[in-house]
Amino acid sequence: MIADKKSVANLDTQRVFSLKEFFLQWEWVLVGLLVVVIIINSFISPYFLSFKTFLNTPMTFLDKSFIVFPMILVIILGQIDISVASTTALSAVIMAVSYNAGVPMALSMALCLLTGTVCGAINGLLLIKFKELSAVIVTLSTMIIYRGIAYIILGDQASGGFPEWFSFFGWSTVLGIPFITIIFVVSAVLFGILLHKTVLGRTIYGMGFNKTACTYSGIKVDKVIFIVFTLAGLMSAITAIFLTSRMGSTRPNVAMGYELEVITMVALGGVSTSGGIGRIGGPILAVFIIGFLSYGMGLANIQAPVVLVAIGLLLIFSVLLLKFRRKQF
Amino acid sequence: MKMQLKGVSGSLRELGLLAFIILLGITVQIRNPVFLSLMNINAILTNTAILSILAVGMMLVLVTRGIDLSVGAIIAFTGMVTALTVAKYPGINPVAALLLGAGVGFVIGSLTGLLVAVFDILPIIATLGMMNVVRGFTYVVSGGKWVSSYQMSTSFKALATGKILGINNLIVIAIVVYIIAAYFINQTRMGRRIFAVGSNPEAAEISGLPRKRLVFTAYAIMGALAGLAGVLWVAKFASAQGNTAIGYELQVIAACILGGVSISGGIGKLSGLLLGTLLLGILNNALPLINISPFWQQGIQGITILAAVLTNVVVKRNNERAALRRRAI
Repeated sequence: MIADKKSVANLDTQRVFSLKEFFLQWEWVLVGLLVVVIIINSFISPYFLSFKTFLNTPMTFLDKSFIVFPMILVIILGQIDISVASTTALSAVIMAVSYNAGVPMALSMALCLLTGTVCGAINGLLLIKFKELSAVIVTLSTMIIYRGIAYIILGDQASGGFPEWFSFFGWSTVLGIPFITIIFVVSAVLFGILLHKTVLGRTIYGMGFNKTACTYSGIKVDKVIFIVFTLAGLMSAITAIFLTSRMGSTRPNVAMGYELEVITMVALGGVSTSGGIGRIGGPILAVFIIGFLSYGMGLANIQAPVVLVAIGLLLIFSVLLLKFRRKQF
Repeated sequence: MKMQLKGVSGSLRELGLLAFIILLGITVQIRNPVFLSLMNINAILTNTAILSILAVGMMLVLVTRGIDLSVGAIIAFTGMVTALTVAKYPGINPVAALLLGAGVGFVIGSLTGLLVAVFDILPIIATLGMMNVVRGFTYVVSGGKWVSSYQMSTSFKALATGKILGINNLIVIAIVVYIIAAYFINQTRMGRRIFAVGSNPEAAEISGLPRKRLVFTAYAIMGALAGLAGVLWVAKFASAQGNTAIGYELQVIAACILGGVSISGGIGKLSGLLLGTLLLGILNNALPLINISPFWQQGIQGITILAAVLTNVVVKRNNERAALRRRAI
């Protein structure tokens, strides 16, 4: 029953190029959606349709997009990771606290990345060692624990006072392009190659389709799970660096709810939440759709709660729409 | 054979949990004699009443192999709607307020149930979306304002402070919910069927059980109970805010898991739930009593949950190994 739902057409190994299929791709729907959002935004503000806005606006929402990439892998695996935002908070807090304790900034940043990686690795290890447990339950508990540790370290304080050059990550541009955008593009390319051009990527799809079959085919299923969840931790720490740099200081309750936005972007991007289906392009478009949508609603003075409703509805309807589309084929 | 084993490991778990609670109680009592005073016990029970009511609904959802992350948002929304109603019509009967909250919650829960059961969206995705939507609407209906104590009638606030036969109303309501739940789960056809669907959906469907309707019912009940809890919450804290009960669903899920409800469906007992909620209630109450900073609370809770989940797996593995050994002889 599950097998026919995940249509075999998605295994693009021997696919013949057909124009009809090309234009029936979900990504075109997303492109249309993005255009609609941009048109609406330009009605709201006459200044929106300028090259400068397009270049600079993404600075405000790209920080969480770094988590989108590993989340694509996690969800294609048929798993989920809801501890990512807590990992971001803990990594940010560790970085701030160690810097204020006298550790050089560069080393603090390395510590931040290390913290994220360790958090992700712990998730991976728990999932490997306790196969009976679902990823929901494991990452739910670590989500509480990681943020709990952040609170233990910092209480309700904020920590900041970073050196001048640290604001580079969140605020500066290289040759007119925001630094965060450059790193975003680099990550997109790297994860795109990983997912679509490497053996590991193919294995991830395979495991999403049928994990048991993969196990019996001699694929090191555990290793793949470990790598993917560790990557999720590492990328959450990268989000922590950009977020902290932009805000100038950090608190234990930072990045609250990011996991939801990230999962929404991945689901809207056409990645099937039951695993095995999805490409890297869709979620990247979704990052910009949701980003520009929130930005535009901000321009129009629409309150944040309405944006919340919009994101929730977008998540539900995109999943529904994708379901009906898949049933037609 | 398997049923028997399940029973044994289940009661073993509960005994272990009980032993842990007693041990914890004794430790705290030695450090602070206030802990086991009648007043404090009453406070613990009053504070856990709402949690224990929610745990019943969450258990039904978990039993169907689902999860509901929209609980906190439903509490906030129904609480806000009721509080606004009470502020406008102070003469309203408190019981009518309770019914209003439960009714609104039921409608929201039914929507979630529709998404999960009929449209076949993964529970974690559907409820994540609903969480956003409902939380957003909470801000929208209130216009971002609070409803404070002075706007609520005394009779409404008495819902949470009043007593019946010397026992706080909240505790009485929780007891009533548990009695009805015990009857529903053990004596009615629908209750038994929900468990059947959870422990083996395919078999249940083949034997002609209306799987969709049963899953729908579980979410609808969860919604109604969350609505009820929302009214009690607002009456207890005498204030309704947009961010009421944010993240509270995690506590509820934690209580269920501590109480031995299996996240992979089919298993859960009310007695376990009571112990699980009690343990969380005691942890919340005891930590401040023995001078542990409130910032440690989340971390300690998270570790308790993870420990409980992992112990559960280890005990289960040992049981299965023991069973195999017995068969070998």
